[in-house]
Amino acid sequence: MIAATPPVIPNYGTAHGCIANDNALFCTTWIRQHWHDTLAPAIVQHLWLTAIAVGIGFAIAFLAALVAHRYGFLAAPFGVFSAFLYTIPSIALFQLLVPVTGITVTTIEIGLVGYTLLILFRNTLAGLRSAPPEVLEAARGMGLTRMQILRRVELPLALPAISAGIRIAVVTTISLATVAAYITPYGLGKPIFDGLQINYRTEYVVAGLLAISLALLADAVLVVAQRRLTPWARRRATG
Amino acid sequence: MGAEEGDRLVLAQGFNLHTFADAFRFLWHEHSLLTTKGLEQIELSAIAIGIAALIALPLGVWLGHLHRGSFFAINVSNLGRALPSLAVISVGLPVFGIGHTVVILALVVLAAPLMLTNSYVAVDGIDADVVEAARGMGLAPWQVLVGVEVPLALPLIFAGIRTAAVYVVATATLAGVVGGGSLGDIIFNQPTYFLSGVVGAAILVSLLAFAADFTFAGLQRLLTPRGLRYVESADKPEEEPPSVLEAAAA
Amino acid sequence: MALSATDSAAEIVFDRATKRYPGRPQPAVNELSLTIPAGEICVLVGPSGGGKTTAMKMVNRLISITEGDITIDGTSVRSLDLTDLRRGIGYVIQQVGLFPHLTVGDNIGTVPRLLGWPKKRIRASAAELLELVGLEASDASRYPGQLSGGQRQRVGLARALAANPPLMLMDEPFGAIDPITRERLQDEFLRLHREFRKTVIFVTHDIDEAIKMGDRIAILHQGGILAQYDTPDEILAHPADEFVERFVGADRGLKRLSLRRLRDVELEPAGDAGSDAPRMPASTTLHDALSRMLTEGAHEVVAVDKDDEPMGMLSLRRISDLLQERITA
Repeated sequence: MIAATPPVIPNYGTAHGCIANDNALFCTTWIRQHWHDTLAPAIVQHLWLTAIAVGIGFAIAFLAALVAHRYGFLAAPFGVFSAFLYTIPSIALFQLLVPVTGITVTTIEIGLVGYTLLILFRNTLAGLRSAPPEVLEAARGMGLTRMQILRRVELPLALPAISAGIRIAVVTTISLATVAAYITPYGLGKPIFDGLQINYRTEYVVAGLLAISLALLADAVLVVAQRRLTPWARRRATG
Repeated sequence: MGAEEGDRLVLAQGFNLHTFADAFRFLWHEHSLLTTKGLEQIELSAIAIGIAALIALPLGVWLGHLHRGSFFAINVSNLGRALPSLAVISVGLPVFGIGHTVVILALVVLAAPLMLTNSYVAVDGIDADVVEAARGMGLAPWQVLVGVEVPLALPLIFAGIRTAAVYVVATATLAGVVGGGSLGDIIFNQPTYFLSGVVGAAILVSLLAFAADFTFAGLQRLLTPRGLRYVESADKPEEEPPSVLEAAAA
Repeated sequence: MALSATDSAAEIVFDRATKRYPGRPQPAVNELSLTIPAGEICVLVGPSGGGKTTAMKMVNRLISITEGDITIDGTSVRSLDLTDLRRGIGYVIQQVGLFPHLTVGDNIGTVPRLLGWPKKRIRASAAELLELVGLEASDASRYPGQLSGGQRQRVGLARALAANPPLMLMDEPFGAIDPITRERLQDEFLRLHREFRKTVIFVTHDIDEAIKMGDRIAILHQGGILAQYDTPDEILAHPADEFVERFVGADRGLKRLSLRRLRDVELEPAGDAGSDAPRMPASTTLHDALSRMLTEGAHEVVAVDKDDEPMGMLSLRRISDLLQERITA
């Protein structure tokens, strides 16, 4: 193992009392004391970050996918654009935005939204295209208008792919958002970076655990939601 | 917030083409620094991929061969994807201390579940008729595994390794947060290297990720049995396997 | 019963209907003209690519008409609003195309819901239709993915009948089903048709299915040209040209025999039969009667009624005579 250079992390926080106690992993006093001013807000912020990022990202990607579904030639440009955004390593993208939007939540939101676009666009479009041709033909033959076919047939059948995309997007965003705190102190990444800065274990360990729990919980909730939205996918033919 | 901005990022750089020009200049001038850091990143990645493969591949292949533990094997990849790597590092830090170990741990946590799921699905999903024919011809179970199932599963197994490798190479950047070496030392250190350095190093990370993808793609082609190239590509797991791009964003 | 209205059948007229695709010298359908009387099953049959499916799809304008016209009860299909037109036609295709994300009941209720029927009526109608097509009313809450191929095709049929359309278009509906189930579905459909008497345009490539199902058959050449349009018996007795002759098969004489049953023809006195003549129910087709005679080396069969009382007899000689003249109903 190579000897490490001390972490060069910006100074955020102030010193906490528990360091005196041999820098325990789980200084419960600290946790109790700072639940309300540090940890709980961080959780809420993190959820907020994720919700907004996925919400906006989904709105954009969904519309783009609808357009690309209707006008096929637009699929490639959209896809390439969102893929391009994706290749830029996150820290770099956030950094590049700072001069434009400052050290604000907006900066990281823009970055996070950009990262959700690819998976949401791809999955939504693939979902829309997944309707079996004979189902579409029967629908046309029965006299459903184009709008009706989209609303009653293509969209419901696209749900599995869309919800899979949302699930991946949410989980990825939660992960990226922890790193984003390096730029703008917001969300669960803040106590992680703060704690690392002053080498205060409880802070960064607990924050880390909270981030992990949040991600797992979100994933589990979304799996359940996905199952409930697509009852037909679960029941297989018996005959 | 004001006081904390003091030794924060230097905001002097504007977002314009200058930054990119500067970034390339950085890449050009600082090539020895970048080489060191880049090699560190590759070294970390290689170790992590190796360990992950050692754990995940045999387990996945074996479970797939027995067609058991599907719930676990398929859902464990969600676990790996869900766990924020930075959080894993921060949790592991007190235990392993600063340095390479904790980073490698986080990277293995990232890579192993993905490889496990892919290798499970790869072996589990082999045409049952082929396996049955092999058994019917008198091959012992381990012979079927080594001689038939693994070669047929190789493309998808390699797809998993390849994806995991790209994720790992890109995420190894996080080592810079805990002073563990790699290009992250530059990226997470804007005060010293300025925006141009950060962007330059980030470009290099992207290139490394693509290089990893390319290398493993080549390996995959080399190791795939010739006959399989004429067969349609193996079934994908439930969700699209992530591409190079998703990983590079990490 | 919801379906028994006799006014729920339309007369269809093809008036030199033509379909041309750009860049192709030959039209897919070439000046097709025929009249389908209300309440009849007209089968479009011919070799693959012969334009039969194209012709059918021009009726509900899934394929646009290039020249000529098609009218439903005198109204041109081109003049009708597209969605209204299609909602008034029951459309059944080979792969069925049930909506996998909806229950069987919701599938059947698709067009009624579009037409604004009240929910109660939709549900009641769905239950009735399910029983009509040989399923259970409780199947309404199942999903298509849980059904077998034959069951799915029945649901497809129920769905097409749901809004009580005066016309049905069926494109090789039984093509993807196994032969045993197919025969059963064909028989059941014929039974249903006797009750609801809708106009049906039925496409198939199988001449035997055409003969069995059709009140009238239209044989189409390659290029959508009408070779012959007549009742099955007439086509078999007097094929219009060599193409039709080859298409119906060299055993067309025997095929004609499947169209008539013992009770349909004038029988000779039962007393004239030999004592060892086999006895067969009056519902037996002449084809099966002939087969029996040949197998047992008999020269006659005796037709018996439900109480096993002899009704008359039919001789080999008489069968041959019948084939040589037009057998009238």
